[in-house]
Amino acid sequence: MSAEGGPGGEGAAGVLSSIRGARYFDLALAAVLVTAAALVPFLVPSGSGFLDDLTTAVAYVVMGLGLNIVVGFAGLLDLGYLAFFAIGAYTIGWFASPFYAQVNDEQGFALFVGGPAAALPGIHLNFVLILIIAVVLTALAGVLIGLPTLRLRGDYIAIVTLAFGEIIRVVAINGDEIVIGGYKLTNGRQGITPVDKIDLPFVERFTSLDLRPWYWTALALVLLVLFVNFRLRDSRLGRAWIALREDEVAAASMGVPLVKTKLLAYATGAAFGGMSGAFLGSYLNTVNADQFQFFFSIFILAMVILGGLGSIWGVVLGSVVLSLINTWLLPDVLNPIAQQSLNFDLTQLSFGIYGFLLVLMMVLRPQGLLPERRRKIELTEGVGGDATLVETRA
Amino acid sequence: MEAASLPAKPGRPRAVTAARNFLSKYGLIIALLLLPVYYGAQDLATDGNLSRLGNNLVEGLSNGAIWALVALGYTLVYGIIELINFAHGEVFMIGSFTSFTLWSTLGLSLTSSVLGLAGGLLVALVAAMVVSGLLNTMIERVAYRPLRGAPKLAPLVAAVGFSFILQNVGLQWLGASPRAVPDLIRSQRELVNVAGVSISNGDVLAIVATVPLVLLLTAFVSRTRLGKAMRATAQDPEAARLMGINVDTTITVTFLLGGMLAGAAGLIFALYQTTVFFFQGFTAGLIAFTAAVMGGIGNLQGAVLGGLIIGCIQQISDNRIGGAWTPAVVFAYLVLIMVFRPQGLLGEQTREAG
Repeated sequence: MSAEGGPGGEGAAGVLSSIRGARYFDLALAAVLVTAAALVPFLVPSGSGFLDDLTTAVAYVVMGLGLNIVVGFAGLLDLGYLAFFAIGAYTIGWFASPFYAQVNDEQGFALFVGGPAAALPGIHLNFVLILIIAVVLTALAGVLIGLPTLRLRGDYIAIVTLAFGEIIRVVAINGDEIVIGGYKLTNGRQGITPVDKIDLPFVERFTSLDLRPWYWTALALVLLVLFVNFRLRDSRLGRAWIALREDEVAAASMGVPLVKTKLLAYATGAAFGGMSGAFLGSYLNTVNADQFQFFFSIFILAMVILGGLGSIWGVVLGSVVLSLINTWLLPDVLNPIAQQSLNFDLTQLSFGIYGFLLVLMMVLRPQGLLPERRRKIELTEGVGGDATLVETRA
Repeated sequence: MEAASLPAKPGRPRAVTAARNFLSKYGLIIALLLLPVYYGAQDLATDGNLSRLGNNLVEGLSNGAIWALVALGYTLVYGIIELINFAHGEVFMIGSFTSFTLWSTLGLSLTSSVLGLAGGLLVALVAAMVVSGLLNTMIERVAYRPLRGAPKLAPLVAAVGFSFILQNVGLQWLGASPRAVPDLIRSQRELVNVAGVSISNGDVLAIVATVPLVLLLTAFVSRTRLGKAMRATAQDPEAARLMGINVDTTITVTFLLGGMLAGAAGLIFALYQTTVFFFQGFTAGLIAFTAAVMGGIGNLQGAVLGGLIIGCIQQISDNRIGGAWTPAVVFAYLVLIMVFRPQGLLGEQTREAG
């Protein structure tokens, strides 16, 4: 790194920026980062708490990137992302657990599933099928939530999505009262447990002892969502989203179909939330109504904003940072230090410290850790432009 | 004009257009009346009178008065800097906690003398308002002011961060479980009974404390110089600055006022519900925010109206549908309002909602 600061530094920076401009930069960066990330499990024990934290973080990256499509690309502030997490998680709860034990005369129903799960009562579908169902269901839910917001803009969209999120939360908590044909909708606060472990073709069954396959599965989902994010951003649809974000009226008059574009943003963003939700349902081995709190929506939104709205790499970084602060830094790193040196239990203050870090990060770097280039230009040039305008007027 | 600029939409029958117009005009009112009218009819059919519905509405209005005070803080702040102040519910919670702590330190209880009780309540009211007001101002100074030129969502995350900090403060202050507040005013005792509708001490307190505060606030905003400055800043901060208005001071005053109202609401809540909880601010915040939006965000009368309506919806739903479903009912109403009348009940057509 220090060599770059030498005489060749400027040239290297110039080359670097031209590479940055090239469309293969992201591809190369993705290849390097994903390879590095895939090798991490070999450095830590396979059942360690840190690998557990990492797996959760990677699952949150999927959610963050999903929400980034809605909030970052299309500029539709969504405060109800927990709805998609919940629907995705319940998909696996319904279709891959002994929850609906009465199915098929209590014999169970298994599709492409082997091992012990197939012999249990209840519905047991293969994880790939679950993913597909989760994507379809959440995309539909996304469209449904999007419909009433079509006439609205700005914070009003946030309010409607918040309301939908809260409705889903309440339905999840009280879903055990909703019985359709003898089948309960959810299991409320007791939760649906156990949930089938992921069972992929050609791979050994996942266990809760070896976390590596879980981590790699989450990473594969990230790879998929990264690919979709990049391809969409550079597509006609992605440009339509960004146009919509910048100026809705101008976008509409340029022929961007508002309804279709907005609904597609909601549906795509929701689908990733559903995928990650289904994964987490199996990984955490429970689908519990208490997992779906308003806090969760804010948590994911904070990842997107902290990383840099619309910036794909920023959101990846933001998700990993916030998730690890929550699951690793506060409980596993800072707390032992505090306990040893100050004889003080930090866990009581954990969400206060978390809040403090949020405020601090926002005040120090409001544009996000890695702001999107387009935004950065707007921010700096926009201010400059205004200043000249004021000066000429004066 | 219309025909010249826009080609007539083909193939839409006149009946559909008429139905649409009707719905957009009266849909919200119909939706709002749905619950009371349905359960009123049910009452009439079973008991022959409306006392049960009346009781629901009385309790709803007094509950709603508390939400109205909190909602005013949301609407003031949103009106002036277009920020959803997520920490506002926690400021309300701190108001409750301040009053509770004061009463415990003073050793107030039901057996205290009337004069002592009145004095204690008054001191607590002042303390809660001052603490909450200053707290809200401090939050603005520390977290929102540095972010004023930043992207619009940055202060939102800072607000969430502060809300976590304050929740943690509340957790450390009074512990993780709800605390019982001494029932200083015998909140549940029936004061008068009008045709089967019972009005309790708590109901009277909520209304009697709320009305003057709302009137004072309205007078402040509409009559005083600072109030005028607030309205000007809300309309156009840049132009207000050019007219010599100190925008920073105005925003500080707005936060101070909102915080003071939240503090007062916190005290009334503690007296009325006789229990305080570190998580109470979160729920209250969501409900009050809904109320502010329902009335038309940025509109003071709207916030009060929205608070009262939400209080009634909540009470009817608690009593008839089941408390567990109440949040879903309230938020379903919120979605309906956004669909039928995005600008809120009393709100003006704005660019955002238009």
